[in-house]
This record gives sequence, C-alpha cells and structure tokens, in this order.
Amino acid sequence: MSQTYGNPVAAPHTTTTNSPARIMSLVMLALAPATLYGFWLYGWPAVYLWLITVGAAMLGEAFSLRLQNRPARPVLLDGSAALTGWLLAVSLPPWAPWWIGVFAGLFATMLGKQAFGGLGQNLFNPAMVARVAVLISFPVQMTAWVAPLPMFSLGAPGPLEGLLIMLRGVPPAFDAVTSATMLGYAKTELSRGIDLFESGLHAPALSFIGNRPGSLGETAAWLIAAGGVAMIGLRLITWHIPLAMLAGIAIPAAILHAVDPARYLDMGTHLLSGGALLGAFFIATDYVTSPNAPRGQLIFGFGCGVFTYIIRTWAGYPEGVAFAVLLMNSMTPIIDTYFKPRIYGRDRKGKPLQTTN
Amino acid sequence: MGFLDRFLNTPSWGVHPEDHKRPAADVPLRLFPSPGRVFMPLHQHVGGAARPIVLVGQKVLKGQLIAEAQGNISAPIHAPVSGTVSAVGDVTAPHPSGLPFKAITIDSDGADRWLEAEPLADPFAAAPEEIARRAALAGVVGLGGATFPSAVKFALGKRLKVSTLIVNGGECEPYLSSDDRVMRDFPDMVVDGARLIMHSIGASEALVGIEDNKPEAIAAMRQAAVPYPEVKIRPVPARYPMGSDKQLIQTLTGKEVPSDARAAEVGVLVHNVSTCAAVHKAIRLAQPLVERIVTLNGGAIATPGNVYAPLGTMISELLAFVGLKEAPSRLILGGPMMGTPLLHDRIPIVKGASGILAFNAAEAFVPDAGPCIRCGSCTKACPMGLLPLEMAARIRVGDLEGAEAYALGDCISCGCCAYVCPSHIPLVQYFSHAKGELTAAERTKLRTDATKRLAEAKSARIERENREKAEAAAKRKAEREAAKATAAPPSPVVEKTEGASA
Repeated sequence: MSQTYGNPVAAPHTTTTNSPARIMSLVMLALAPATLYGFWLYGWPAVYLWLITVGAAMLGEAFSLRLQNRPARPVLLDGSAALTGWLLAVSLPPWAPWWIGVFAGLFATMLGKQAFGGLGQNLFNPAMVARVAVLISFPVQMTAWVAPLPMFSLGAPGPLEGLLIMLRGVPPAFDAVTSATMLGYAKTELSRGIDLFESGLHAPALSFIGNRPGSLGETAAWLIAAGGVAMIGLRLITWHIPLAMLAGIAIPAAILHAVDPARYLDMGTHLLSGGALLGAFFIATDYVTSPNAPRGQLIFGFGCGVFTYIIRTWAGYPEGVAFAVLLMNSMTPIIDTYFKPRIYGRDRKGKPLQTTN
Repeated sequence: MGFLDRFLNTPSWGVHPEDHKRPAADVPLRLFPSPGRVFMPLHQHVGGAARPIVLVGQKVLKGQLIAEAQGNISAPIHAPVSGTVSAVGDVTAPHPSGLPFKAITIDSDGADRWLEAEPLADPFAAAPEEIARRAALAGVVGLGGATFPSAVKFALGKRLKVSTLIVNGGECEPYLSSDDRVMRDFPDMVVDGARLIMHSIGASEALVGIEDNKPEAIAAMRQAAVPYPEVKIRPVPARYPMGSDKQLIQTLTGKEVPSDARAAEVGVLVHNVSTCAAVHKAIRLAQPLVERIVTLNGGAIATPGNVYAPLGTMISELLAFVGLKEAPSRLILGGPMMGTPLLHDRIPIVKGASGILAFNAAEAFVPDAGPCIRCGSCTKACPMGLLPLEMAARIRVGDLEGAEAYALGDCISCGCCAYVCPSHIPLVQYFSHAKGELTAAERTKLRTDATKRLAEAKSARIERENREKAEAAAKRKAEREAAKATAAPPSPVVEKTEGASA
C-alpha cells in the first residue's frame, strides 16, 4: 500500500518568508516619514495630489492587466504599482493640478512598466519615465513650486480649499507663495548674469528642516536619508548605489565650487536639493533597473550622480536626477554584462585559477 | 565571541535558514531492531553498479559480500543482516522517478550473525595502500551524501601528495543531525578513522570543521583528539552551505579550488565524519559498511531523532518505528536544501541516506512562483559567485548556451538562490533542467562525432582498399607488362634462355 506524497519538485523544499509585497511595504514604510512631513509642510493639496497619483498608478496597472486578461488583484497586492505612484507623487510639485497626477500615474504603470511586460521587465524606472514625460509635456505646471505653508498654519488652505486648489488651480490669493526651487532660482539668476554671491544662494541651512520650496521628497531631505539608511539596515538595499551616487554629485560639486564659488553651488546645496537624496536612496536603487553586482552598482550610482551634476550645472534643466537615472538605466544591461562578480575558483575574466600546489 | 568577531568571521555567501536540528539532535541514538527483510540496491554509490555474486536461497551472514565492485569506480555491497537471499531483482530506487532498480532482497533470520573476519593488526605499520584496499573491500563510500567510493579518493590524495585532510563535520543542512550524533556518540571512531585516512594518503594534519551550532559535538571531538595534536578541531560559523567541499576548504585553509581542478590539486582532501567512522570500522573491526545513522525529523514525525539502522531497511518501517503524527505532506531523502523528494515510502535506505524528513503541511508549503524583480538576493547568496537570475532568465527562453556562458557548470545546486528568492522561483529546477539538457546534447554530439569519425574512417578505409587494390592491380599489370615486354621482343637472349630452360 504505497501512499503518494506531493509532486517531485527540485530542492530546496523550504523557502524564505520574504516576498515582493514585504519588500515593497518596507520601502513604503521607509518613505512614509518624509511623506508625512511633506504633507504637513505643504498642506491638503499635497495630500490630494499624492492620493490621486497613487490611485492613477494602480488604476493604470489594473487596466493593463485587464487588457491582458490577467487577474489584477494579486498583482496590485504586491504593492509595486502603489510604490511607483508614491515615488512619482513625492517628486511632483506639491500643488500641481490633479490632471498632472492622473496623467503621470497612468503613464508610469501603463507605458513605463506594463508595456514592457510588467514587474521585473521594464528597462527604465517607471516613476522617472512618467516624471520626465510630464516635465517635458507640461513645463509650466511642473516648475511652479510653492513655499511651505504648513497645515493648520495661518493662511494655509483647509481640506475643502485644498481640494479646490488641486481641481481648479492655485487661486490668485496664493500666488505670492509660488516660487522657484533653489536650484531653479540659481539657474535663472545665473542665466541673467547674476552670480551666486548676489543672488544670495550659498546657505543650504534651511534645507535641514525643509523650509523651502520643492517637492515632497526634496524638502524633507533628512527624513529621506533616514529612510534610506533604515533600508540599508534592513538589507533591502546595499550602500553601493546611494553612496556612489552621492559621491558622483559631491565630488564635482566640491571641486568646482572651490574653483569658482560665484559660478558653482556648493556641495551641501547640491546634496540637499532636488531629488539627490530621494534619487540616491529610493529611485536609483530600484532593483529592476539597476545592476546586480556590487562593482556594477558602484559604477551605476556614480554615473547617476555625475550626470545629475552635469545636467544641473550645464544643461537646460535646473534638476537632472530623473534624466540621469534614465540614462544610467539604459546602461544597466551593459554594466551587468561587463561587471560580473568573480566566480569561486576563477579569476575576474572567468578563467580557472592557477593551481598553486 | 564578540559581536564584531562574529560579524567579521561570517562569510558573505550563503544563507542562514532556521536549522530545526533540535530537539531531534539531542535525543539519544536509538537502535533499530533488525528488520524482517532488507533490500540492498546494487547501485548506491557513484560509479558502476555492483555485480551480484549470490543466488536466491543462499544463506548469508551479516557483512558477507553479496555484490562485488565492477569497474575502476565502484563499490561492493554487503549483507546488512544474516539470513537468506530471497530475490535478486527490481525494487523502487530512492529517486523521484520512482523507477525500479536492481537489488538483492534478504530475509533476515533475526540472529544478526556477523561474518568472522580478521581486522588489520597494526594499521599504522601497514602500507598506506593496504588501508585503501581494505576500505574499498568494505564498500566505504562518502557518507555526506556524495557516495563517491572513498578508496578512489585515498589513491588520488596519495598520488597528488595531499598534506591536509579536511574532516567535514559541517552538516549545514537544516533538520539533519546524523553527523552530529556520530561526533557526539563515537568521537573516538571519527578521530581514529581520520588518522587512518591521514596514514593512507600521507597527510600531515587533519582539520575537523564543525559548525558552531553543535557545541556538544565540538566538545566531544576535542576530548577525543587530545592525544593526537595532528588532528585539529576547528569550529566554523554556522552558515549554509558550509558543508560543501569548496566552501569548507576556503573557510578552513583560505585556499580556493580552481574551477577546473579537484580539491586534491590544492593539497587538501575532504572526507565526512561519518565516512571516517566507517573507515575505522572497516580497518579496526573488519566490518564493512552495512549500517548507518539516519536522522528522522520533520513536523509529521511523533518522536524525531536519530536511528542506527541496517542499510536496505524500508523507509516505511523506519517511519513506523519513530511514529507519524499525521500523513506527511512531503517526504524527503536528505536535507531540505538539497534532498530528493520521495513519492512514497516503500523505498530502502542506502549508504548516502543521512536523513528522512517527513514534513507536515505547514513545512511543505512553498508559495507559487512570481516574476523575478531582479532584487539580487540570489546573487548575494550564491556561494560560487554566480548570477542565478541571469542564468534563469536565459534558460527560461531556451538559451542554454547563454546560461552556460554564465558558468552554469560551476553551480553546485546548493539551493541558496531558490531559498532566498522572494518570488519563490524554483531556480535549482531551472538549473537542473538546463544541466540535464546540456549533458544530453553533449552526449548526442559525442555520439554523432563518433559515428561521423567511424563513417569517415570507413570511407577512408574503403578508399584505401580501393586504392591499394587499384595499385596492386596496376602493379600486377605493370609486372605483366614488364614480363610481356621481356618476353615479347624476340631477342636471341630470350630464345636462348627459353631454349636453355626447355
């Protein structure tokens, strides 16, 4: 009387409790403090924009799956679409109109991700693809930043007023608070021939508490960094990409600022401005679109940093993290091909080691 | 051991699965009562199958040779009980295919009478070759799971002048504790076996690597090794796959085995602790390998622990001995990381059977595979430094040569990658499939090449024969012509000759 026990599958017969859903949830958890701080800083319009962007990203994913006759629910539950939407939302101007969020969210998951075949298949970071798409398509709305107007403070929009701001645009009463980001302001002034000493931009002190115009993921620089360090501690990511990317920004910034402080912003401003920290810890470290081996990750991260610096300093846009990450994303397959880990018993080129005995 | 020390000594490769070794490892060893009938497969080692030398109805004693080694790499099989040979034929092999295998069935007489044999009087005075010869005759094979005939390795070690014997007490597979038990209960046998192997291969030291999650085994072995300074007990960090040859060699000696070489070529030879004990019995007691310690563990087992049982015992009988709480959801021969799934329990234990795991539903649950998110966990875990995700991506689309270019051949199938994969992709299944296909393709190519070579040789031979025939014909013709030429002209000389001969 022989009884049958299960199917003949290959070992191992035990597995980790880790899952993509757990990874995505932890990343979102790491991103939450900075986002909540941003909500407080920029008030209700930012909350609504975040909701709408995340919702649109998930909707785009669900719709694409429906087109493929695949059940949407289990895929949505892995959290990757929500995370894409979240990363996208924190890179947008906090008071951007609702349709920017909708357009960018749908673009991210439908064209940035599902068009390539879904999770794990996309060549480019979906959130950055969408951000670049809206930046190029709607430059006016995408460069209209507001100075922080903390929730519940005097003159800050209430829940209903915030909703109206997002739906109808910023009313004239708030026009005074719109301004450029630090990087944008410096670039405009420099292009007008006013150097950094005159424009008075050599103190990144305010960045420490985020009291300046910018996106949700930009202003709370230290909370972003803390979330990133927590992810390294949880072994979700390694230190290679973040450190290399920050070095890629910091090294040229330090050198050029030392050479000509009137023309080039200092290192601290560069690191705490724009998407530098968000990019280093949350965007460039995206598993799907970054190299796998440590050496490749160092090259990838450094490339992201250097391109960011080049675009910020000499190109037409004041901020360059999204472009830099996309550029390096396209290099990932090449980096992965040429910078593999050394195999046990072989040298770096893959030749067997010489016997020493 | 401080935190920093631990941090620095922990290798970067591998995984750390929950080991589930206790309480089974702490339960005293139980002796399995002699089974009524045993089934000894003829092929339970690497190499050629053994050839039966007994007939049905023949009476055999425990330890008597019943099948002899065949070929250069092979091992003999001995009777694990005394009794009568009742069949020489097919039983189910311990392999997922469940295909039948040739085996010798012996009905036990319950007396367990050993065959009288003369142990080697003073093995350290004997020639090293004598140790290898006796170990070969006793059917000793690697008991860590590889089941490679040990004597062949002794000869290799001797030829390559190996200086260091590494005794593998890693036992990194979760759930298993048979090696742990050998070291705790028979440390003197292990140390003596290690010294015999050292004598056999001419090594000057033995390093016994034991994972630091087995403090009792480390203590027992240290005690047993006190009189022999050349046998060094070396605790190693508990990290899977520490029990893999290459990783243990690297951890203990810092040497890396080149990918195209054997361990002996860097001056080390690895033998399992249970193998050492088996060598001790073969040389000192003249007992061939007919019994072993088997771990019976898993959530479905009522009293998990280690059992000393004759080889050839049916797994169903062992499970009945330790009791089942529930019907197992999965039955595994070996450990959970590299073991073989068994489809049923009517299978005998063999020399390489270190454990039988009966998993309950919760332990057997493996979630469905999802898409690869390129997280790189597999790359970080791989003890060989391979890129499992890249190989799997290529195998998935049938690009086996592409996977080979990523050094698929260096994969040791340890299962670390599949274990850590958050998407639960059965990576080892991919690699086993690709390795099988590539081996089959290689065999086909060799066969085609051989056919082609034979065909070419045949046509060359025919051509040569034709040419030779033509040449011979031409030569004959030329000779005839020459003869005719000498004959034809009516020269007076010829006439004279003819006249002379006439």
